[in-house]
Amino acid sequence: MTNRLGSGWGSRIDRSRGLAFTFEGRRVAGHPGDTIASALAANGEWVLSRSFKYHRPRGILTMCGQDANTLVQIGEEPNVRADLRLASDGIAVTPQNVKGSLRRDRGQIIERFGRFLPVGFYYRTFFGPRRSSWLKLWEPMIRASAGLGTVSTDAAPRRYVKETRHCDVLVVGGGPAGLAAAVRAAEAGAGVILVEKEPELGGALTYARFATDAGLGTRHLSALRDRALALPGLSVMTGATCNGRFANNWLPVISGNRLVRIRATELVLATGAHEQPLVFRNNDLPGIMLSSAAQRLMRHYAVRPGQRAVVYAGDRDGYLAALDLDDAGVRIAAIVDPEAEDRDGLSEELARRGLPIMRGCTLTEAKAGPGGLHLQSVEVQDAAGTRKRLDCDLLVVAGGYTPGYQLALHAGARLASDDTGTRFSITDVPAHLHLAGAAAGLSDLDGVIASGEAAGLRAAAALGLASAPEGAVPAACAWRRSAPVEPHPKGRDFVDFDEDLQVKDIENAVADGYRELELVKRYSTVGMGPSQGRHAALPTARIVARKTARSLAEVGITTSRPPFGPEKLGLLADTTPERYRHTALHPCHVQAGARMMPVGAWWRPFVYPGSEPPAEAILREIRAVREDVGMLDVSTLGKLELRGRDAAAFLDRIYTMAHAGQPVGRVRYCLALNEMGSILDDGVAFRMSEQHFYVTATTGAVDRLFAEMTLQKAIWGMQVDIQNVTAAFAAINLTGPKARAVLQGLASDIDFSRDAFGFLDGREGMLAGSPVRVMRIGFTGELSYEIHLPQSHAVGMWQALAAAGAGLGLRPYGLEASRILRLEKGHIIIGQDTDALSTPDQLGMGWALSRKKPFYTGKAAVEARRALGETRQLCGFVLEGGNAAEVGESALVLRDGQPVGHVTSFGHSPSVGKWIGLAYAPPEQAVPGAQIRIKGFSGTEVSAAVVALPFYDPTNARQEI
Amino acid sequence: MKIMSCPLNGPRNISEFQWLGPVHDGAELTAAALVQHLFFAPNPMGVLREWWRHTPSNTVFIAERNLITDEILRTYLKPAADNIASVA
Repeated sequence: MTNRLGSGWGSRIDRSRGLAFTFEGRRVAGHPGDTIASALAANGEWVLSRSFKYHRPRGILTMCGQDANTLVQIGEEPNVRADLRLASDGIAVTPQNVKGSLRRDRGQIIERFGRFLPVGFYYRTFFGPRRSSWLKLWEPMIRASAGLGTVSTDAAPRRYVKETRHCDVLVVGGGPAGLAAAVRAAEAGAGVILVEKEPELGGALTYARFATDAGLGTRHLSALRDRALALPGLSVMTGATCNGRFANNWLPVISGNRLVRIRATELVLATGAHEQPLVFRNNDLPGIMLSSAAQRLMRHYAVRPGQRAVVYAGDRDGYLAALDLDDAGVRIAAIVDPEAEDRDGLSEELARRGLPIMRGCTLTEAKAGPGGLHLQSVEVQDAAGTRKRLDCDLLVVAGGYTPGYQLALHAGARLASDDTGTRFSITDVPAHLHLAGAAAGLSDLDGVIASGEAAGLRAAAALGLASAPEGAVPAACAWRRSAPVEPHPKGRDFVDFDEDLQVKDIENAVADGYRELELVKRYSTVGMGPSQGRHAALPTARIVARKTARSLAEVGITTSRPPFGPEKLGLLADTTPERYRHTALHPCHVQAGARMMPVGAWWRPFVYPGSEPPAEAILREIRAVREDVGMLDVSTLGKLELRGRDAAAFLDRIYTMAHAGQPVGRVRYCLALNEMGSILDDGVAFRMSEQHFYVTATTGAVDRLFAEMTLQKAIWGMQVDIQNVTAAFAAINLTGPKARAVLQGLASDIDFSRDAFGFLDGREGMLAGSPVRVMRIGFTGELSYEIHLPQSHAVGMWQALAAAGAGLGLRPYGLEASRILRLEKGHIIIGQDTDALSTPDQLGMGWALSRKKPFYTGKAAVEARRALGETRQLCGFVLEGGNAAEVGESALVLRDGQPVGHVTSFGHSPSVGKWIGLAYAPPEQAVPGAQIRIKGFSGTEVSAAVVALPFYDPTNARQEI
Repeated sequence: MKIMSCPLNGPRNISEFQWLGPVHDGAELTAAALVQHLFFAPNPMGVLREWWRHTPSNTVFIAERNLITDEILRTYLKPAADNIASVA
């Protein structure tokens, strides 16, 4: 281990134990507590990846997971942030986006073609040099060089957990401000959750330096942490990232494989600040890192970031980092300060230590050593323009900060520029959100802690637990001195490391006509990479401001949206179990060997094949209904109870037929329209008493119909109680010429004789020991009884019917038989034979529209559409001969080769002995005797004869026997 | 997730609610107003009254919502006095 510092450094590693893993096949030794990146750095491995476009070597930049340089692959897991993921024994880590090896990447050649990859290159067309250049040259080159890790298509399943928590105050960020805020709010009596993305509390207190006295941060941290841990109302989540802020303070927090959704009454954002890199030529070389990254390497992992350092002090933290480096025994070649005079009061200490300072100077270029893999020297230019080369293997950059703005912006705050235009600050903070610390623009430790305490108190005050602090904490900001972002003549001055964008790319985007930042972003892809513009936003805005002669405030920044950091799709996957419904008779169907099929949420019997092939079983089921008797489980029907003084008047307004005059004990067809006059649903209404109707609705539409009824009841203010009793009642349709005989074989107080119980009558009573509601209606056109009963009685009734019908040929039938039986009768299925534009007139159902009623929903539209004239009509058709053309449902109806309609229902009718169907056709063609042309799925057109409906039993005599 | 306050059940997640459309003044539609009513949704720069339903409890109510800020200003049951006179 070449780069480890001595004791006193490395708070997170356990030096008493070791571990080892491989990186690109090479063995890497580390300690428990090391991240992959820190262990690699300790072993002198500074190159972690190759860049997205030019395959340039990249290394540690932020050391806190905020850049794309550290993305590596571990086994089948791509895009792991090596500076966050703890190293573990035996893992195999490989670099991403590399052809060959990290040190000798063949992809590097792309950099020589850089001039062919200008900004916005994927909006340009790659002509030439030859006709096939795009396919043969450019496309393979671009495709191969783009992309990050490798996704395994047979990855092992992983488990993810979702959890929901509620709290009075959520504090995001466990640094000095967040800790102080959480402590103050909890002391006032609030229930507080404190979320910190690092594995330990403290934020900058764990790695940064605040004064000449190196121990200041540690002392503050232990004091704050002791207070926090003593508070029972304060719950701490470390290693957890708050990844977004949604309406009403609803925040997803990701902790490993766990997604915790937190609802907070008050939200304190102590999200700190993102230290900014500097833009100069070759600013992306390994060995160049932020001052916070160097400090994290030393304090957390005892890694010496280099042997000989140049420190760029764009703010006070640069000087403090230089003191740390000096303490760690790193030679300081120079501290480069863009200001001409000392503004930090640290000159004395620096002089005492003998550290050389170059004031009024800027960085112009970094140069790599042999192989181009690491920094070897930097070029510094003074105010007079004189350039000097400094040898170094480490350049520490303190380039200023942007506040941790993301969550605040999700909440609707704005990122504004201050008067001097050198930095951003968060303004227009919405209610129930409080900023603290560096996010609020503070940088001195006392101010940061004071602003945290004030934010905690404000949150407690909003909860009524404390009185609000008076006055705001003065933002004594020490951030300053933004270096101008000027292009280097030879380029490679990167603004966005993720996307390999240089100053000239942003300038060219403006030159190509994109003045607005949102457009510059989309054209150039700046800020679209994994680090989401954390480092690119500020320099990009500066360049655009300069090129368009506007202020930073006028240019603004692009919209910030969740998520803040990367999140795995597994965390977002819906873990709700699949929703399905079984009728009360489900066990009976399964026992009878039914083949079940899903219908919406329900599972229903398709056919009861027994030992027969299904096709034959379906024919036998159809024959049973036509000749003997069959029974179908129709429990999935929607069922509604309407009671009250206005029940009949209400139905009159909802449905198209007249219900006010409907006699008690009678059943009437119901057709509901929407306001556009299109068919919404149908069913039947059984008037059980003057003020009580039992109404059925179709399986799929009942929820919508129920909501619509409830709404209309509220709008109209009518005296009616509506209950959705779909799940409470089971229903069995007993149908066939012998249906009456079956019922008469069971004990009942209902007279089932033809005279006493006619077609469209409804009766209440007892049947085989169960309370029942029986209606003489049916879908099949045969003598039918629909028996509704409490679902707990359903199995007993099914068995009783089966026993009573055993000698009469009774057998249960499934959906396929039902589908054919109703088609033979020309009965429509809502949603299959109708769509959002179907009117009653198109279906030949004008008979269902009351002419007497002054109002029903859709009446005005029906009349208006009738006046406009219909363009299509549903009609029945038969195919003479076979179905060689493979006509089926959704096949097109053509006229002169143009589609004019489509087939909605189709099947072979054993009762008629023909292929029959329903189709939409132009009205003049939809008359019996006409011919329509249908294009089958085989591609051939066939003629079909339009016939009158129904296909079977045209006089409807059978249902009334 | 947004929170909405049901007049009967208090503040609940917005996923428990169903949007049922804008409140139209006047119950019956004249033919002339039909097209306007069906195909032109009101979208004012300001407050819109809308019908909402709390699905688990089947409570239909009116919400006043600022369409610029998406802020729900208040929710209430429809006053009985507004019931239409033609229904008796």
